[in-house]
Amino acid sequence: MLAAAIVFADAHLETMDELTRRRTVASIPFGGRYRLIDFALSNLVNADITKVAVVTQRNYQSLMDHIGSGKDWDLSRRNGGVMIFPPFSYYKNETLAENRLDYLRSVLGYISKCKEEHIVLLDCDSVNVIDFDKALKEHIERNADITICYKETLVNEDLVDNMSFEFDENERVTKATLTSEVGKTANTSINAWIVKRKLLFNLISDSVARGARSFRKDILIPNISSLRMFGYRHEGAYLKIRSMESYFENNMLMLNKDIRNQIFGENETIYTKVRDSAPTRYGENSKVVNSYIADGCEIEGTVINSILFRGVRVGKNAVVENSILMQDTDTGELVKLNYVITDKNVTIRNNQTLSGCKKVPYYLSKNMMV
Amino acid sequence: MYKHKKCIAMLLAGGQGSRLFALTTKVAKPAVSFGAKYRIIDFPLSNCTNSNIDTVGVLTQYQPLILNDYIGNGQPWDLDRLYGGVHILPPYQGKNSSDWYKGTANAIYQNLNFIESYNPDHVLILSGDHIYKMDYNEMLEYHIAKGADCTIATLTVPMEDASRFGIMNTDADMTITEFEEKPKQPKNDQASMGIYLFKTEKLREYLIADENTEGSSNDFGKNIIPNMLNDGCKMVAFPFKGYWKDVGTVDSLWSANMDLIGSNPAFDIYDPYWKIYSRNMGIQPQYVGENAKIANSLVSGGTEIEGTVINSVIGSNVKIGKGAKVIDSVIFADVEIGAGATINYSIIDEKVKIGENCVIGNEKSSDAKIALVGRECNIKAYKVLQGGCNLEAGKEDQE
Repeated sequence: MLAAAIVFADAHLETMDELTRRRTVASIPFGGRYRLIDFALSNLVNADITKVAVVTQRNYQSLMDHIGSGKDWDLSRRNGGVMIFPPFSYYKNETLAENRLDYLRSVLGYISKCKEEHIVLLDCDSVNVIDFDKALKEHIERNADITICYKETLVNEDLVDNMSFEFDENERVTKATLTSEVGKTANTSINAWIVKRKLLFNLISDSVARGARSFRKDILIPNISSLRMFGYRHEGAYLKIRSMESYFENNMLMLNKDIRNQIFGENETIYTKVRDSAPTRYGENSKVVNSYIADGCEIEGTVINSILFRGVRVGKNAVVENSILMQDTDTGELVKLNYVITDKNVTIRNNQTLSGCKKVPYYLSKNMMV
Repeated sequence: MYKHKKCIAMLLAGGQGSRLFALTTKVAKPAVSFGAKYRIIDFPLSNCTNSNIDTVGVLTQYQPLILNDYIGNGQPWDLDRLYGGVHILPPYQGKNSSDWYKGTANAIYQNLNFIESYNPDHVLILSGDHIYKMDYNEMLEYHIAKGADCTIATLTVPMEDASRFGIMNTDADMTITEFEEKPKQPKNDQASMGIYLFKTEKLREYLIADENTEGSSNDFGKNIIPNMLNDGCKMVAFPFKGYWKDVGTVDSLWSANMDLIGSNPAFDIYDPYWKIYSRNMGIQPQYVGENAKIANSLVSGGTEIEGTVINSVIGSNVKIGKGAKVIDSVIFADVEIGAGATINYSIIDEKVKIGENCVIGNEKSSDAKIALVGRECNIKAYKVLQGGCNLEAGKEDQE
């Protein structure tokens, strides 16, 4: 094994308040049957990186429930596999981890015990298929200390917090900025890095002594000239989820065939927790147009331009339009929904009409009954 | 020491299923697809799991590759266990003999050593070609309470069909007094479901005796059950209520699939407390296109539908092109149906490619026959195949 991985399950998304009130960013449901961490774990597994630490600190029950033993990603292994690291606090240190550097300090033992030469670090606040096989190969060929995965893209508001980089002709980093500027095309970090393990260990150990606070600001930026830092160009989709608006937009992108093919390509399998749902049953008067529908749904009514997660029920004469209905949402008869996001287990009684708009979808939180 | 096993199951999965024609050319009957995302064997295996029977021997013989591969280590059914779990039991070569399984009883006889290695009190014999949900544990408790040597699950069948089954005549106590295999003049409508529960020592005794009988057909229904009855063993019927279907023929396979759809399906697979488990393929949700029309159908994941689907069961990863029509049909996994093709009253096996504007099968009517297309067939554009056709597996555009 060439590399082990560390996955950051909580990115700091105050902007995602509703969806993360009861869960980590990593366990936000996406695309009918997935959670965001499924993309990170699947990317790693597809590149034979099968030793994965998941670090988290808040509301991680749903994350633990989702990952279980890891066998649904083939990550229940004698050697390695997936391991969740809940918060770890030294007796003097009363605050929980605030950023990636704190998280990395908390798993310093894991990093020192790994036998792998490289460590992949990644966030899971996005939907993407990163080819870590290729990234790792480039990292090794260039004898890079740190490889930064980036995408050349027009920066939108979801990407402002991502770092941006400039490279020389060999793709070696020449300049790094902590943010990206909206409306400009930039080499934007996709928040995945490959670092030599021993170097990572030393950087983090030293950072304690030097009082460093941030992985990006105090470790990456000061070392641009002293370390061999290269970029890895990511070509596929990178759907960052930063707000309810982008959550909605990015889910709806799954209705686009090109995007679907970028994420669920020929050689890619995105694994998720197995739920053993029955196939989806369409009733005699069902009408479904341009929708993305998971297993286990029972549809009697009309569904247009929508995403239905596993086990959703749409009652007779109900019309669900431009909406995202998460797992086990139950809509009664004659219900009308337009631009609505229902979290898990929401029940909407007969004859209700709910409507939001594209910019502000109407959100119903977990277990609500309307 | 491991805890003693009260009951283990032996699942007969070696039959060819010749009445399924092209569907079983390359796969054993229990591995034939069913209900969009399942294979037939998922039903007895899930029943075992849901009934807390954690040791299952699966007897295979005919075309075992896909079946073995599918069962694997039994993980999807929670049958990967430290002690017990699922075991594939193919025929084997012995020091003095090597035999294929000659009949259902002989198959179990040849694996008496497997049964003895667990030394359970009772052995449950199951078939790999039935669609039903049954709590075997309830049957076991009944069997123990009755003090029976053998308990046979029975089902009430329409009187006119009774002559196709093994019929049980019982007294008021449900003790079996008479057993008739496919009687011309059935005395009642209590049919054997081919599910037997034996006391282990009785089973062993009668299997050995049967093996030493010249000319025996080595069959449970024909030999073991009548012999035990003649010897005065205590045999009771366990009346089962609920959905049960033998899917051994093309027509019954088709209609069992249709029993999963409708506004009130005859067979409920949505019960969260009796899930049907199957091997999961890691596939994305299904996409239903702009011009698609789907009514009264069951559709599995990974499917992309641009055409029309009515009264049909569609397996995983099926692609249905623009303007294509699928009506009254059962489509297995990984099938591609080209634009403009029409499929009526058919069963299309896995990995079949159907070209644009093909016409397969006839409209369903009382005298129409089901069109069968075997796995991995490649049918060229504009080809017409009539109802009742039986295209063997792997054929490239058979003339």
